[in-house]
Amino acid sequence: MTGDADHLLPSDTPVALIDPYGNPVADAGRALPDEATLQRALASLITARRLNDQAYALVRQGRLAVYPSSHGQEACQVVAAQVLADGDWLFPTYRDTVAAVERGVDPVEALTLLKGDWHCGWDPYEHRVAPHATPLATQLPHAVGVAHAARLRGEKTVVMALCGDGGTSEGDFHEALNFAAVLRAPVVFLIQNNEYAISVPLARQTAAPSLAHKGVGYGIPGERVDGNDAAALLSVLGEAVERARAGEGPQLIEAHTYRMQAHTNADDATRYRNAEDVEAWVARDPIVRLSAYLKTDETAFREQAERVAEHVRDGLNRDIEPDPALLFAHVYATPTPQLREQADQLTDELEREGALG
Amino acid sequence: MTVHEKLSMAQALNRALRDAMTEDPTVVVFGEDVGPLGGVFRITDGLTADFGEDRCFDTPLAESGIVGVAVGMAMNGMRPVVEMQFDAFAYPAFEQIVSHVAKMRNRTRGRVALPMVIRIPYAGGIGGVEHHCDSSEAYYAHTPGLHVVTPSSATDAYALLREAIASPDPVVFLEPKKLYWSKEEVELGSRPPAIGRAVVRREGTDATLIAYGPGVPIALEAAEVADREGRSLQVVDLRSIVPFDDETVCAAVRSTGRAVVVAEAAGFASVSSEIVARVTERCFHSLAAPIRRVTGFDIPYPPPKYEHLHLPGVDRVLDAVDTLQWEDS
Repeated sequence: MTGDADHLLPSDTPVALIDPYGNPVADAGRALPDEATLQRALASLITARRLNDQAYALVRQGRLAVYPSSHGQEACQVVAAQVLADGDWLFPTYRDTVAAVERGVDPVEALTLLKGDWHCGWDPYEHRVAPHATPLATQLPHAVGVAHAARLRGEKTVVMALCGDGGTSEGDFHEALNFAAVLRAPVVFLIQNNEYAISVPLARQTAAPSLAHKGVGYGIPGERVDGNDAAALLSVLGEAVERARAGEGPQLIEAHTYRMQAHTNADDATRYRNAEDVEAWVARDPIVRLSAYLKTDETAFREQAERVAEHVRDGLNRDIEPDPALLFAHVYATPTPQLREQADQLTDELEREGALG
Repeated sequence: MTVHEKLSMAQALNRALRDAMTEDPTVVVFGEDVGPLGGVFRITDGLTADFGEDRCFDTPLAESGIVGVAVGMAMNGMRPVVEMQFDAFAYPAFEQIVSHVAKMRNRTRGRVALPMVIRIPYAGGIGGVEHHCDSSEAYYAHTPGLHVVTPSSATDAYALLREAIASPDPVVFLEPKKLYWSKEEVELGSRPPAIGRAVVRREGTDATLIAYGPGVPIALEAAEVADREGRSLQVVDLRSIVPFDDETVCAAVRSTGRAVVVAEAAGFASVSSEIVARVTERCFHSLAAPIRRVTGFDIPYPPPKYEHLHLPGVDRVLDAVDTLQWEDS
């Protein structure tokens, strides 16, 4: 045990490298990522925004049951995936569809859950992206387990585990951080603090000086970063991933961002927050600022985003006939006699319906 | 090769863990006090010393974390065997078990399997104070996606645990703690019935006692006493609550036409209710009397000085057998 906790505490203010107007922050204390890295981030941000807005529109058209959008949080989404290597893992929450896509998951498969064709639409091993976690923070202990198993085998895997500000109140957030610290598991916990857990503001969620301060209680270094500044995220998250990979144990990063839209389409955000608050954050849009800094020709990026949106529309407008056998196929490796009986019963019902049909 | 040794159930479980860890380097054991102490019931005795801290280790005291970390390790190539210290201490892990352990295969259409075992010492009869004697099997049995097994003897404890560890599906492994110290000649290396198969522990012709885990020795003793009184009772040991062996249970009940279910858990909305329902649906015309249940009362598990009043005993089982409408037959 060491009495020195200072090195575990986050910066006084969130790390920022590019201000909301696209100007480099003076005396940031960190180098800006190189131009090519920022260009890649901007390209993905533009696609990410298009994907968010396309998915939102598809709810209105009845093609998705619901969509928890990360509109406004795209810098966190994109960078969380971009700082990982091929052998690493990403653990997304229900609001992190875009992060999963950035990691390589087909966006149509990423939306399967919300379209209703099945729960997890992708093969988690293909891109090393765990299924969306809906029960808050429950995926965080899994992330620790994946990281610990890799470490026992001597692999250099890092796990990026996402959660929101609301999720930090859950018991599993605490248990996961504590296990990760004790096991020295190579996990980067990224909290996207978007100010609201559905309708509940952060002040009702915690009395901590910041969410990044929670790290010190576990012996985990915490850092805060401007979550709408892709350059700062690349620097801070990139460093956290490399520290975890180098055997320095888990890292806790709090990204300050904002949920610019309602919790989901089913939510009415005007009941709990003012339009002015939202406007202030719109002015800090992650895409606007990186775009202003790079002053690049974005035509190709926008064309790419449109291609992704078209792919999503095509995929989601295609109806997949439910396969009744799927209900029973994957409850166990081998269906129990009882499940075989129930599957036969359903088949029989459907055949009789068909015969009457 | 079959080896015979006299072992307690606790020793047989320890042997099963050792043999599995020796054969398969991906088997890892962790939980509270399972390291140098060897677990509060000594089931993991010596495993850390013999296999190293990477294979058997103590964790922080947090059951949801233990099960959640096991989920991640199972996702990433390991076969975790975790210990919940006592039945009622497993409840903090309930969300992980119900929402993740049980559902992962289904959610991912078979792409992610979770070969993991959650060992839970359960049930009473040891004079334990509150929160140490719950019969929690119904919670797990009600959750699709879990296998739920419980041994009633040292031999079966070894066999079932080896099977559970080798299973591609998550298994909730319920260990009747009052039987931990019961010794018997154990056959190691024999080929026992698979998970999902019940066995007839004692042949009988007049009525069938259906039991599992801690209820089995009670049923066997009741059958012994009944035999002296001229009544021949058959005893079926479920071994596996999920999957449930309808075939063996129903064949047994059809052969006698009468049945009593013996279980320690509260009877309302219980595994014993399910057994009665299933057997009645399938064997109605073979039954000479309604199936009776002898279960714990529908009360929170009582203090040590009251548990003898609560637990199903031989007399209560025989009283139930007496009510099976013998005069009508």
